[in-house]
Amino acid sequence: MKAKVYVTLKPSVLDPQGKAIKHSVQLLGFDSVSDIRQGKYFEIAMNGSVTEETARDEAMRLAHEVLSNPIIEDFRVEIEK
Amino acid sequence: MKFGVIVFPGSNCDHDAYHVISKHVGQPVDFIWHRDTDLSSYDAVIIPGGFSYGDYLRAGALARFSPVMNSVKQFAAKGNLVLGICNGFQILCEAGLLPGALIRNRDLHFVCDYVNVRVENTDTPFTHELKAGSVLQMPIAHAEGNFVCDDETFDGLQREGRIIFRYCDRNGELTDAANPNGSRDNIAGICNRERNVLGLMPHPERACEDLLGSSDGREVFRSLAGTLAAAA
Repeated sequence: MKAKVYVTLKPSVLDPQGKAIKHSVQLLGFDSVSDIRQGKYFEIAMNGSVTEETARDEAMRLAHEVLSNPIIEDFRVEIEK
Repeated sequence: MKFGVIVFPGSNCDHDAYHVISKHVGQPVDFIWHRDTDLSSYDAVIIPGGFSYGDYLRAGALARFSPVMNSVKQFAAKGNLVLGICNGFQILCEAGLLPGALIRNRDLHFVCDYVNVRVENTDTPFTHELKAGSVLQMPIAHAEGNFVCDDETFDGLQREGRIIFRYCDRNGELTDAANPNGSRDNIAGICNRERNVLGLMPHPERACEDLLGSSDGREVFRSLAGTLAAAA
């Protein structure tokens, strides 16, 4: 089982990297792009024996306590069987 | 009085801090490896600058889980003095000992330069020998020094006089141009509610000798030593 964790800056926090990427992308002529926010993606392999519920709980805790800083970031967890 | 300088894998201003304490403060000082947990013989602990754990994940995020950090939390809770410089400030924020967070600089660059900071508050063990409103010249060297926090936290910092240093121009004016990283309200350093934990991005320990460009940082250490001497 695999847990996928997406960590993104909260909408209220300025993302200078995303802004710089957006600027370059628009210079390249991608006119439909209105904004880009950069985030982090983690793939976490779980022991085969854990239930989906345990995997989700562990991944949520891991995301909250380690992978994200709740002051500036939000996260989202997906479980892939 | 005895000082401890914590060393994480990737710390690189630990020797500067050690040098300043032994040479300019003239007091005994030890390096404390991040796996050590006994801080009982120290009166003040410095978390130095550098790139602990290569700044992986987020600056300071992994250092927070080093065994010594639990001891630092207990040490601080007892009212002992903790000074976090640069990466040390980032670690203190990640560990929840100071509020807010330090994110990527506004213009994305690693900034290595001398900056001016204004002393905003002298009611701390680290700044009581400084003059309020005076301007100190100190170096900065960081890519993640952009201080952010929510409005509630900011109002608390303001109200309680916990913003200790702000980036300013040579004349002490708080301008955008003098803000090297985009920090909210030009914040360069803050303390906790109990005022015994201070974090700042500029490096006072690298501004203690005229030969190196500035000796303004000495006053911070003089205050710190004065506090400990008075308590002894």
